Amino acid sequence: MTETHPIGLSIRGGTKVYPGTRALKAVDFDLRMGAVNVLVGENGAGKSTMMKVIAGVESLTEGSIEMDGKPVRFRDKADAVRHGIGIVFQELNLFPNMTVAENIFIAREKTRGGIDIDRQAQNRKTRELMERLEQKIDPDTPVGELRIGQQQIVEIAKSLAQDARILILDEPTSALSSTEVEVLFRVIADLKAHGVGIVYISHRLEELIRVGDYITVLRDGVVTGSRPMKGVDLDWIVRNMIGAASKDFPRAEATRFGEEVFRAEDVTLPRVGGGFAVNHLSLSLRAGEILGLYGLMGAGRSEFLECIMTQHPEATGRYYIDGELLPDRGVAGRIQQGIALIPEDRKRDGLIQIMAIRENITLSSLRDFTRVFDLNLRAEAAGAMEFVRRLAIKIGSPENPVSSLSGGNQQKVVIGKALMTRPKVLLMDEPSRGIDIGAKAEVFRMMRRLAAEGLGIIFVTSDLDEVMALSDRIIVMANGRAIETFDGIEADPARVIAAAAPKRAKETI
Amino acid sequence: MTVTLSTPKTFNGSAALLTFLQLRTFVALGLVFAFFALAAPNFLSAANVVIMSKHVALNAFLAIGMTFVIITGGIDLSVGSIVGLCAMVAGWLVLYGIDPGYGWSIQFNTIEICLIVMAVGIGVGLINGILITQLAVAPFIATLGTLYIARGAALLLSGGSTFPNLVGNPEYGSDTFGQLGAGSMLGIPVSIWLMIAVVLAASYVAKRTPLGRHIYAVGGNERGAALSGVKVTRVKIAVYMFSGFCAALVGLIIASQLQAAHPATGETFELNAIAAAVLGGTSMSGGRGKILGTVVGAFVIGILSDGLVMMGVSSFWQTVIKGLVIIAAVVIDQAQQKLQARVVLQQQAAG
Repeated sequence: MTETHPIGLSIRGGTKVYPGTRALKAVDFDLRMGAVNVLVGENGAGKSTMMKVIAGVESLTEGSIEMDGKPVRFRDKADAVRHGIGIVFQELNLFPNMTVAENIFIAREKTRGGIDIDRQAQNRKTRELMERLEQKIDPDTPVGELRIGQQQIVEIAKSLAQDARILILDEPTSALSSTEVEVLFRVIADLKAHGVGIVYISHRLEELIRVGDYITVLRDGVVTGSRPMKGVDLDWIVRNMIGAASKDFPRAEATRFGEEVFRAEDVTLPRVGGGFAVNHLSLSLRAGEILGLYGLMGAGRSEFLECIMTQHPEATGRYYIDGELLPDRGVAGRIQQGIALIPEDRKRDGLIQIMAIRENITLSSLRDFTRVFDLNLRAEAAGAMEFVRRLAIKIGSPENPVSSLSGGNQQKVVIGKALMTRPKVLLMDEPSRGIDIGAKAEVFRMMRRLAAEGLGIIFVTSDLDEVMALSDRIIVMANGRAIETFDGIEADPARVIAAAAPKRAKETI
Repeated sequence: MTVTLSTPKTFNGSAALLTFLQLRTFVALGLVFAFFALAAPNFLSAANVVIMSKHVALNAFLAIGMTFVIITGGIDLSVGSIVGLCAMVAGWLVLYGIDPGYGWSIQFNTIEICLIVMAVGIGVGLINGILITQLAVAPFIATLGTLYIARGAALLLSGGSTFPNLVGNPEYGSDTFGQLGAGSMLGIPVSIWLMIAVVLAASYVAKRTPLGRHIYAVGGNERGAALSGVKVTRVKIAVYMFSGFCAALVGLIIASQLQAAHPATGETFELNAIAAAVLGGTSMSGGRGKILGTVVGAFVIGILSDGLVMMGVSSFWQTVIKGLVIIAAVVIDQAQQKLQARVVLQQQAAG
């Protein structure tokens, strides 16, 4: 097989260091031309970093890249494009206000004499590309009017228009319908026949087995398995993804939980363009329990938390606290009813960056310091400092803007703000995102302590270790549904990860 | 763990410069004042100071309302037109009352007239707020629309002519209407007292009420504020209503001072109000601004134009100078922001 698929690009001893973490640790990777090179691993395993290195977005800290036997060094993405490397990111980089043709030729417009854009030529070429991709998309349609799946096709067409010899597809099927997936696979087969080397990243394990020729598994920045796809089964992939020596997490013996504190019934959130982001989900939470919601990106976990916090007016469902049905009174009402949310995106949703640390901590609880309409500033400052101490937030002065803090301390401010509202239920969306390992451990200890004090916690994560270590109970979500529930202590990591893979993966195991 | 307020122990050059920049509006006010005191004769006479303060008060009202709006990340272009509309409504009520037909009419005393006019101003503000929050019209466009509508309505009330001779009628208790603009208490004009009251109330709201905190939060990060339980819609509607209220006050005072109401009253006042807010350190991107800063900004603009008039500088040059001052203020503001971020980082590194 090796003779028919020459190595087009290889990484030797590739190491990438970010401040605080090592994303890649001396990886070796061979990219074979005329074949589909599958890359698989958990979130944070280093797949995206490796692809960014190949696409010239990031450069290696140590190690080398060779193309056709000669060492190369990409200065930037444009440089990589000149070497024939195209990448379709999971988050699409399209301009919704511009037409399909304009998007495909953005920054490389076909012109007459360098000034006048040759619209006909661009549209002609776009039409050819769309025919090749078996799509009925008019070159003059604004991209914003296309479905997400079609937009992805446009991204692929953009790479094809640049005559990419190596094409990296990062989760290309996550937004595609099944017919679009079939088209994509036919396109991939066609590209393979033309000798294009394809890197294919996906979480859909059975899809990988079907489409791949070679497979590379990453775990914590290390290549744990690499071989031709022939003879590979789901078992092998999962074993390499989670490691043979599954980590042991010492934990207090099964805690006794209190009464049911929160219940969600039949929560449904329709998705734009059909289907459900959250599909008739029901769950119940007891006081003192930590419930982990595990799943892949787009499984509907964050959307479920947002539904609880009344962020989606089109969502339906019923919520109960202590057995009482909650009326819908907006976010402020939810906070009053005893629910607090720690959002996933701290910068965008969690903090008011230009306000002081004190003002951020007390923002949700100003009523507690107010008589009629008079805000008692001294009591407010004292209240804020109490939480600074309780959560050990490292600050110079509570009057400094919150943006001056490190990620971990910013997260603690968000947690402090939530706790100050004296919630009965705490919803945490990826609570460890973007904070360093030390702060992570601290946040996890804090979650344990809060649960021991009787708080019910629902937390969302894509990190298997995290969900295994912290949860008393795990609910695995995929495609907006609760697929399976596991006991936190006895859960088998392989089964958890298999349940999270969309489609029929779990029956195959 | 103990946390103490970090204070720079050694003399720090950038910290000192920062303090100076933070106080720049006051420094500017002092400089402008000192300059004209020396350059323009009679500038410091009691009569002149009172006249100037009355001019400044009008702009200060609008600028305070505008400051809250700008802090939430919006803008209110309609205030000048609301001034005009409210002046005309006041004039109409003083002259004619309300005539529902059937050969009789309802007449109002001064207090009632004031309340109705304020309701009109607040009502236009409410319309602005609803357009912006419920119908998702951009603040610039929504208030540009009401700018035209309110001005048109003012013109329609009188067919374009002035309501003259608003002396009121003792029979209806409206003869005190002129007191608002011409009356005084303890030797200080009523409009100045009103300004002091509004400044104190607005500062209090900004600093010491949940509403004030929510106004800053909405401007700093609307999504974040909403997820923290801030009722963003209510906050926004409230600031536009307050801005409308401030404009109504100005309309009343002008109609009362002149004892006449002209439909063009208040044209371009919105620009002076924005200028005062910006001069006082209000950030157009929202989240930042102080009431006191805005008041000082209004004084700088007011003293500048009155002082230049007294010195006999041509009004054309006055306009140029006003523009230069505004641009300089914003440039300095940007420098301060950068410096402030650096000083905080230094403190962070030190403590």
